[in-house]
Amino acid sequence: MKRYILKKLIVSVPVIIGVALITFLLLNVVPGDPITLMMKEHINPDVVKRVSAEMHLNDPAYFRFIHFLWNALRGDFGISYKLNRPVSELLLEAFPNTLALAVAAAVVSWIIGIPAGILSAIKRYSFLDNFFMGFSLLGVSMPVFWTGLLFQYIFSLKLGFFPISGFDGPEYLIMPAIVLGWSSAGTIARLTRSNLLDVMRNDYIRTARSKGIKELKVVTNHALKNSLLPVVTVMALQVSGLLSGAVITESIFGIPGIGRVAVDAIQNRDMPLLQGSVILTTILVVVGNLVADILYSYLDPRIKYNKKEA
Amino acid sequence: MVDTIQPLLEIKHLKTQFFTSKGIVPGADDVSLTIDKGKIVGVVGESGCGKSVTALSIMQLISEPGKIVGGEILFDGRDLLKSSKQQMYTIRGNEISMIFQEPMTSLNPVYPVGKQVAETLLIHNSHLSKEAAKKAVINMFELVGIPDAKRRFQVYPHQLSGGLRQRIMIAMALICKPKLLIADEPTTALDVTIEAQILQLLKDLQEEIDTSIMIITHNLGVVAEVCDDVYVMYAGKVVEHSDVFELFDHPKHPYTKGLLKSMPRSDVDEQRRKLYSIKGMVPNMLRPPQGCRFHPRCSEAMDICKKTEPTVVTINEQHCVSCWKYNER
Ligand SMILES: Nc1ncnc2c1ncn2[C@@H]1O[C@H](COP(=O)(O)OP(=O)(O)OP(=O)(O)O)[C@@H](O)[C@H]1O
Ligand SMILES: [Mg+2]
Repeated sequence: MKRYILKKLIVSVPVIIGVALITFLLLNVVPGDPITLMMKEHINPDVVKRVSAEMHLNDPAYFRFIHFLWNALRGDFGISYKLNRPVSELLLEAFPNTLALAVAAAVVSWIIGIPAGILSAIKRYSFLDNFFMGFSLLGVSMPVFWTGLLFQYIFSLKLGFFPISGFDGPEYLIMPAIVLGWSSAGTIARLTRSNLLDVMRNDYIRTARSKGIKELKVVTNHALKNSLLPVVTVMALQVSGLLSGAVITESIFGIPGIGRVAVDAIQNRDMPLLQGSVILTTILVVVGNLVADILYSYLDPRIKYNKKEA
Repeated sequence: MVDTIQPLLEIKHLKTQFFTSKGIVPGADDVSLTIDKGKIVGVVGESGCGKSVTALSIMQLISEPGKIVGGEILFDGRDLLKSSKQQMYTIRGNEISMIFQEPMTSLNPVYPVGKQVAETLLIHNSHLSKEAAKKAVINMFELVGIPDAKRRFQVYPHQLSGGLRQRIMIAMALICKPKLLIADEPTTALDVTIEAQILQLLKDLQEEIDTSIMIITHNLGVVAEVCDDVYVMYAGKVVEHSDVFELFDHPKHPYTKGLLKSMPRSDVDEQRRKLYSIKGMVPNMLRPPQGCRFHPRCSEAMDICKKTEPTVVTINEQHCVSCWKYNER
């Protein structure tokens, strides 16, 4: 088990370096000199020269990349051009907000998705099934920016249930979490339903019934665990979906998270900040995958041990 | 004929049909079958003749497009078809249990095998402690010949061979000492030496636990090995039934004769004897042939066989056949 995790960890290193390299290259291709950007109209050629040297902007690209990696390894992502503060500090400030939003959205999606999937599977082709599946399809197909605006209009402007935007306490999180969670609840519900139906066709379900186990218990004790295996993986993989969804959701609801930081960084050509937020996001996705793997192997004994009895 | 033997299970005119999108498939069509207490009864026939459907009908585990549309299944005096869901829960696994054809897939991969066997015991004996159940399971493992039983309790199905898994299934089926054990092709997926061991085991356990057994198979060799009585099924119907010796010595139905001829025997020089096989194919059950369902493949078919279904003819007390050949006059 430990070796398994270690192996997965080692494999994720090149992924992170690769993403860092690609971001680095892309950001070096886009036009726009950061110094000009920072100085605006007070531009002075001497100063530009000095600052370029200070920021190693004249060094060859590969050198700068290695320099960047080396610093990043020590938690130093440089200074934000725009805000003039360490990138790591800015990200650390933003991260808890994004995490709170993503976790809340994930919880919403599970609370809706898993029971809806189970009920749909048990009462297949019934009204309930059609209702839940329609509802989840709606969640998947409506873009977050649209549902977000719709929710703001209905629940804030018209009904006044929730604050419209900003981030000043848990109640500010409810609406964004529902908007973001609904979009992935559909995926989870459909996956739970189809997996459960698949698993119910297995021979060992017939065995369970032949033992005299009541139908509900057959589902909960014998089918559910197996059918949730792939769902667990998706739940952890969801992290990446939720993070990218969070970019939009954070912008709509004015939540100061990583997504907002990244969007602002793009608008300001704030390369260190953008690079930092992309790498942080990558690490989060990789960790999400790792957690999925570990959970999966914990739940499925066939993955954990490879030894077979004679 | 001193005392009349009590039948444990009496199936009368069972009809189980599958309502598929292409039409109605008569999985079991007017099947009647009796299992006496303490007997081992074989049900033989080619693939698709309705053996499993009959067995699953007894358990009332026929799923989705299938439905039991008629007949009676009397078990120990009660009609199972009139029993409630709750009553069936207390019968399945406790009074009637079943072993399946596929030992590789019939156990739940995510639970240790011991736990799965103990589960059956605990459902039907709610007063039992987990410790006591574990003890009973390990005893049962030893009884069904699982070596190193204590350690095997914790093991997952994928860590065991097919033969051992089938022993686990047998242990699970017998843990509540059922009155009837239905074994649906318990050895088909196993190789020949393991097959012989499992059959011997079933025979021994039948005496030890005093269970009646219904063995489903398409292998007459298995029947000869362990059974007291035999039912031969063809296309959803019972075509002949008899005790084992009578059936092997005086088969009546042309289909039974064909089955017997196609059986490999060790006493004949197999090199020189080409294995016989019944000509033709198993009929399409969506549109079974008119008259006797076997007539298109029967070398002795007469005109009446093509038009009218044969009725059951009693040859003697233990021997009945559905064939026009024995129904003259
Ligand atoms: N779920 C189902 N849907 C439609 N038809 C079915 C279904 N299950 C069984 N049948 C039909 O019922 C008939 C009897 O099937 P059954 O499984 O009892 O055969 P069997 O004698 O057990 O064969 P085998 O030796 O292959 O196990 C077959 O013709 C089959 O097509
Ligand atoms: Mg079968």
